Amino acid sequence: MKSVDQINHDLLRPVVHTSGRFWLVFVILGSVVLAAVGAFAYQFWEGIGVWGINRPVFWAFAITNFVFWIGISHAGTLISAILRLANATWRRPVTRCAEVITVFALMIGGMFPIIHLGRPWLFFWLVPYPSERQIWPQFRSPLAWDFFAIGTYLTGSIIFLLLPIIPDWALVRDKTSGWRHGLYRVVSLGWRGTPRQWHRLETAMHIMAVAIIPVAVSVHTIVSWDFAMAPVPMWHSTIFGPYFVAGAIFSGIAGLILAMAFLRKLLHLEEYLLPIHFDNLGKLLLMMSLLWFYFVFAERLTTWYGNEPAEMAVFWVTQRGSFAPLFWTMVFCNFLIPFPLLAISRIRRTITGVVIASSTVVVGMWLERFLIIVPSLSHKYLPYTYGHYRPTWVEITILVGTFAAIGLLYMLFAKFVPIISIWELKAGGHQKPAARAAEAVSARTSPMGAKELELRPES
Amino acid sequence: MTTLKAIYALYPDPDSAQRAVDALRDSGARLGVKADNIAIVSSEPFEEHAFGHGVEPRDHKSFMPWLAALGGALGGLTGYALAVLTQRAYPLPTGGMPIAPLWTNGIITYEMTMLGAILTTLVTLLITTRLPNVRRKLYDPAVSDGKILVGVLDPLEQSRAELDKALRDAAPGAVIKAV
Repeated sequence: MKSVDQINHDLLRPVVHTSGRFWLVFVILGSVVLAAVGAFAYQFWEGIGVWGINRPVFWAFAITNFVFWIGISHAGTLISAILRLANATWRRPVTRCAEVITVFALMIGGMFPIIHLGRPWLFFWLVPYPSERQIWPQFRSPLAWDFFAIGTYLTGSIIFLLLPIIPDWALVRDKTSGWRHGLYRVVSLGWRGTPRQWHRLETAMHIMAVAIIPVAVSVHTIVSWDFAMAPVPMWHSTIFGPYFVAGAIFSGIAGLILAMAFLRKLLHLEEYLLPIHFDNLGKLLLMMSLLWFYFVFAERLTTWYGNEPAEMAVFWVTQRGSFAPLFWTMVFCNFLIPFPLLAISRIRRTITGVVIASSTVVVGMWLERFLIIVPSLSHKYLPYTYGHYRPTWVEITILVGTFAAIGLLYMLFAKFVPIISIWELKAGGHQKPAARAAEAVSARTSPMGAKELELRPES
Repeated sequence: MTTLKAIYALYPDPDSAQRAVDALRDSGARLGVKADNIAIVSSEPFEEHAFGHGVEPRDHKSFMPWLAALGGALGGLTGYALAVLTQRAYPLPTGGMPIAPLWTNGIITYEMTMLGAILTTLVTLLITTRLPNVRRKLYDPAVSDGKILVGVLDPLEQSRAELDKALRDAAPGAVIKAV
């Protein structure tokens, strides 16, 4: 049985101790991020002519990355909020890992429309304020909706992440000395842990969870409307809202699983992030894989049945034309590989199996975003306007850099904040008798329950 | 720095903390201990124990959900006003659409409603929990080791011995401290 001291020691260790392995990974990821910053600096200096975009493919890698990372952000806050409201006991070691992804993925994703402006230093023109130039925002444009939706989601996600961190910062304050003690004394805001403080914190988290779920759904729906509001073949579709939300949750869960596996190894959290957590998330991933396949089939079937010439041009170029290799790779990565891996419980209960499935999903979902954007733009209504797109080294370097950046930000965050919510983990140790009885049943029927009971502090 | 006078005990488990709180409440009138002078501090919530709900009813009552709803309503009104007033001040005729259409302004209104509710929740939390707190309050770092602090602020000098005994009786071996 884990004592309170043991939990404190294990979960504060990554904050107060830095291993050689941490620095090695830091240097590798930092180098990739630096390369991406260099590529961006080059693009900044030369202009977006160094990208592969052209007439008529004005949107390509940057907007693909934007949609992809906004999708990844759905893992965190949305899943954490749902699990909180459902009072799922197994959520405790997972929620903070998830919430962090949302914040960093939103930051990275939100950067791309600004980069894509071509003159990013004028990004504040997007902000809705009246000016003497009379460049006022067009509130009927989906791009203005993006500003409000992403702004609200980012603000809410940061608050949702930070509120439950305050008690853990107070713990770090009590357990450290020197500059760390001073730092955590400031950021813990003088938290003590009175019954009133706990009650208000839990009430606030409950309200936030209720509020953040519809915001999360709205964000990716609005991102989908960036496309669906335009009369472009295969974009102008009523299915795009739910299709994008489902895809976002799908890629988000995959991203969360990969992040948890990365942290588990790097920070030696094997006794807290258990195989059963990966198993449970694997079940969610399996469900989303089926849902994704359903949406793709529904979208493709209605297009094929409608047989509208402009849409069919895009349809066939992805099914058996120049984009077919990417399309079928996407189908393999999002369904044909992860489905059996996750459906066979013996494989799903291994962390390796779930991680492999998640890795293919991340690749597949990036390809899906690319295939939504580029084939439609390169095959619009008039055949003489058809175009081609090929990414340049600048775009590829920036894309790779974003993956390294999220890893790096995650690592730095884990150096400053306990990556597993310590007080919530401890609170799992003293539930109401009814909850305990329910958990005892689940402990008998699943290995996860047994492990969680073992983790509880002695009381 | 303000001076703080208190006597408190650190308990290893919630049951002994509960006994201590009960003892202090039962003998409060006799020992001159007011309910709002009883301090409880823990490193985790104990909702399933009576002491986890605080000593006074107001510890466990909150208007936070109503304030969040009010904040949401204000946010929504602000969002709608921002969109409509801007559209009317600088009309952009576009393809037969009304200058201030409800459909599209509904999205701005919705997002601002949620933002209003979220920000109001944050502000309400900070105010009602009195954070950030810069004044010296009764606390002991041993709370972070899982101990539960139960104490009395500003105890009467003549009651100290009895308070000491009441706190000690709740759990033999409990650490009693005075500041």
